[in-house]
Amino acid sequence: MIILWTDALIYMLVLASLFAGFFIFQKPHFQRPLKKISASKTGMVSLLLLVFFIFIGLLDSIHFKQSEGHSTEIISALDYWAKPLRSQSEKTYSAPFSAHLYSKEMITLADGSHSWGYPRLKFGGAHLKTPDKERLEDVLTKAAIGFAKGASIFILFIVLLWSYLHDRHKHLLNSPTAKALWIVVFLLVSISYMLIYLSDYYHVLGTDKVGEDVFYQAIKSIRTGLVIGSLTTMIMLPLAIVFGIMAGFFRGWVDDVIQYIYTTLNSIPSVLLIAASILMVQVYMSNHAEEFNSLILRSDMRLLFLCLILGVTSWTGLCRMLRAETLKLREMEYVQAAQALGVKQSTILIRHILPNVMHIVLISVVLDFSSLVLAEAVLSYINIGVDPTTYSWGNMINGARLEMAREPVVWWSLLASFVFMFSLVLAANLFADTVRNAFDPRRAEQGE
Amino acid sequence: MEQVLLQVRGLTVAFKDETVVNDISFDVYKGETFALVGESGSGKSISALSVLRLLPGNAKISVNQMLLDGESLSSITEQNFCKIRGKRIGLVFQDPMSSLNPVMTIGEQIAEVMQIHFNYSKAKIFAEVFDLLNHVEIPEPERRINEYPHQLSGGQRQRVMIAIALAGKPDLLIADEPTTALDVTIQAQILQLLKTIQQKTGMALWLISHDLALVSNMADRIAVMQKGKIVETNNTDNFFKKAEHSYSLKLLAALPSMDSCINKAVDTRSNLLKVTDFKVYYPIRKGFFKRVVDYVRAVDGVSFQLQQGKTLALVGESGCGKTTLGKGLINLIPKTSGTVLFNGVDLSELTTDAQRRIRADIQIVFQDPFSSMNPRMLVGDIVAEGIKALYPEIGSADRQLRIAKLLEQVELPKSSAMRYPHEFSGGQRQRICIARALAVEPKLIICDEPTSALDVSVQAQIIDLLKNLQKSKGISYLFITHDLAVVAEIADEVAVMYQGEIIEQGKVEQVLTSPKHAYTQQLLDAVPRIG
Repeated sequence: MIILWTDALIYMLVLASLFAGFFIFQKPHFQRPLKKISASKTGMVSLLLLVFFIFIGLLDSIHFKQSEGHSTEIISALDYWAKPLRSQSEKTYSAPFSAHLYSKEMITLADGSHSWGYPRLKFGGAHLKTPDKERLEDVLTKAAIGFAKGASIFILFIVLLWSYLHDRHKHLLNSPTAKALWIVVFLLVSISYMLIYLSDYYHVLGTDKVGEDVFYQAIKSIRTGLVIGSLTTMIMLPLAIVFGIMAGFFRGWVDDVIQYIYTTLNSIPSVLLIAASILMVQVYMSNHAEEFNSLILRSDMRLLFLCLILGVTSWTGLCRMLRAETLKLREMEYVQAAQALGVKQSTILIRHILPNVMHIVLISVVLDFSSLVLAEAVLSYINIGVDPTTYSWGNMINGARLEMAREPVVWWSLLASFVFMFSLVLAANLFADTVRNAFDPRRAEQGE
Repeated sequence: MEQVLLQVRGLTVAFKDETVVNDISFDVYKGETFALVGESGSGKSISALSVLRLLPGNAKISVNQMLLDGESLSSITEQNFCKIRGKRIGLVFQDPMSSLNPVMTIGEQIAEVMQIHFNYSKAKIFAEVFDLLNHVEIPEPERRINEYPHQLSGGQRQRVMIAIALAGKPDLLIADEPTTALDVTIQAQILQLLKTIQQKTGMALWLISHDLALVSNMADRIAVMQKGKIVETNNTDNFFKKAEHSYSLKLLAALPSMDSCINKAVDTRSNLLKVTDFKVYYPIRKGFFKRVVDYVRAVDGVSFQLQQGKTLALVGESGCGKTTLGKGLINLIPKTSGTVLFNGVDLSELTTDAQRRIRADIQIVFQDPFSSMNPRMLVGDIVAEGIKALYPEIGSADRQLRIAKLLEQVELPKSSAMRYPHEFSGGQRQRICIARALAVEPKLIICDEPTSALDVSVQAQIIDLLKNLQKSKGISYLFITHDLAVVAEIADEVAVMYQGEIIEQGKVEQVLTSPKHAYTQQLLDAVPRIG
């Protein structure tokens, strides 16, 4: 078992949020917002999707060494289970569910003669004798079988749990939200199983330029997206909140200093800073080659530094908003009342200012999350994003740039990264919206 | 009998499932002043807005009959309705600050109405605007016509609002609490203006107000609204002689009376607070280096004394520095000079730590019960805040007991502790604020206009509560207010403030019945009285 830097941070983050969740569950006055969240269909469905994504990301964050023949490589638990996806690579592009390559090549036929055509894939649809005739029927049957198997696993699970749920927790079965949730779980399990089942026979989302399975790439990218989104936010948030609130609350020289810092930082193009720090890391790594002796260690270090520098360059916007809001809040009479009661300033900041700017924090964090995933794609374009060997939606989109220019167009990389990124960001947005509504006491009452 | 101008039958307005206006019917006659009186939330503004179709889209309006001069308003299309608004019916809002566009000159804003409704030439419009400004008695109209709203005072802005409403030459002017945001003396002027204009033009005035005393001087007929229903309609004279409905009687009884100050017990006790030559100056900075060129003298050398268990009322108009003084006393605003002796101790000579502790003795209750509580904290936590900060040695269980007792003292149910501030009404919120101040067992509470945001009947309850607390706990109040009637109810002594200085002070009976200073006299005259 090997723990990479980002792995460790992810574990810590998950532990911290579990603790926070536990703490919130203990408090009696949080019961109402929690109930409100659990009653919201969109909120719970998006939470479920998020948990599903995080689960995959966590699986992908358990790394260990595995000897394969004479070479030892570091793989994750996800890689271990997705071995067929990882190892069944073709020669170059092939379309989803295709049995042939996407481009014509010289083929050596069985009788030794040559012909110009689309060669058969090594793995995709290899079990078919005459793919042109059988393929569609085969794909549909296999999909149906996969779906049915997934569905039966789910139904088995429900049947096993039925008596328990029915007797003890009836509301977990009967409320409209619960029904929506069960349907989504059913679809998730069945479709996932179907895709896994199909992947044994086909490349569900095709293959890329070097013949790697795009479905596998898209799944591996989940971890990268989550890491960039969450770690960067974790670095950015404390800076933005502490500086923003302090500048707004204390005014005077504190405000001046903080404003100078962020205007200066803002006026340096962030691409420059990012490029500089990424290059620095690379130089450091090549000088300490013995510590970074495997590809995955190097790319992990680069990912970590990317998060760090993205965090350092992206806190200014939120900081400015928080400063403005705090300027407004500090004049509110409840802050003055607290001062009149002799409450310490640090307590005022934490008890009166912070909770009242949380809605801004939540909104901008979620919006930043999506723009960070996109920023990674942009940075990959000028080669200062994540390591080219790291699977990421940014790298996929970057690659799609050339693929879209081909004739005929190779569209599946772009589509795959788009669909995955879209569902992650949308789920995060909807969930954050529900949380914000539930925790705002004024809004919570309106029952909207 | 005069002719009916506006006839409304069976008007009902509902938001979602809540009925705000419930089946009301009334008439406004030509040339009369009709007053719709009620407490906040009784639906009086909503009913006016629904006549003009200015309600948000989620309001459900149903009406049997709505006639303006015999013409049915409900059958007019939305497009044609623009010819009603502004031209047939004018509207003056409560807050002149937010109802004028800050980036347009007042001349443009008045002209805008005329451009829409009349086909005048530019010169004619200018002449009309000029006339209107004269009409609403704005001084130097030739200069003011090109000024922006922020350059005008509150009263002048309200005059501009009236000019805008008059620009379309309406038959009916709806004035929605036209003077609530203004000072007493200005309030009297604006009301006088409305009266004169009405007499000149002969239009009908529909006055919406919560202030019965004000209405008594203005209106020909009064309708009282309670919880979306009109409970009584009557002639003004009849109404004040013998109101019929119990709610009207209750409203009348709740009116603070200026006579209550007479024959108050007078005894001398030891001094609790002694303020000498208190000054708060704000520097005016100019130039690149922000040199201090001058000062705004918000509080300019104020001296007074307050006895134990007594109430000193600080009276003055907005901007006279009374709030600054109150906040300066407890160091929420840094003072420029002066001494504050509390129980014989000079507050400015205390160490920071001792100063923090003395906060337990002096507390403050603010004007706006909506912004003075953190919306994200439970009421229990809000009340507990001072205890936690100043008496950290009190354990959690004892604290809970104390909070329960405090809530009981301010006559709130125990269950309030686990609820959020927004679930309470204005009066209840003010009770919570008082409980918060009481929590640290103060000897002096500075009440900064604690009743001015509240309805009359609620106001009376809060004043009773404050009086009872004073009786049982011997707390002194420094009561900051602009309302002389409230002063008469609660104060033992009065200090009148004008432009940062105290111009008159003394026993309440003496100041209110035989004022020495001309300004005090002016203030007293401006108070609307019934009859």
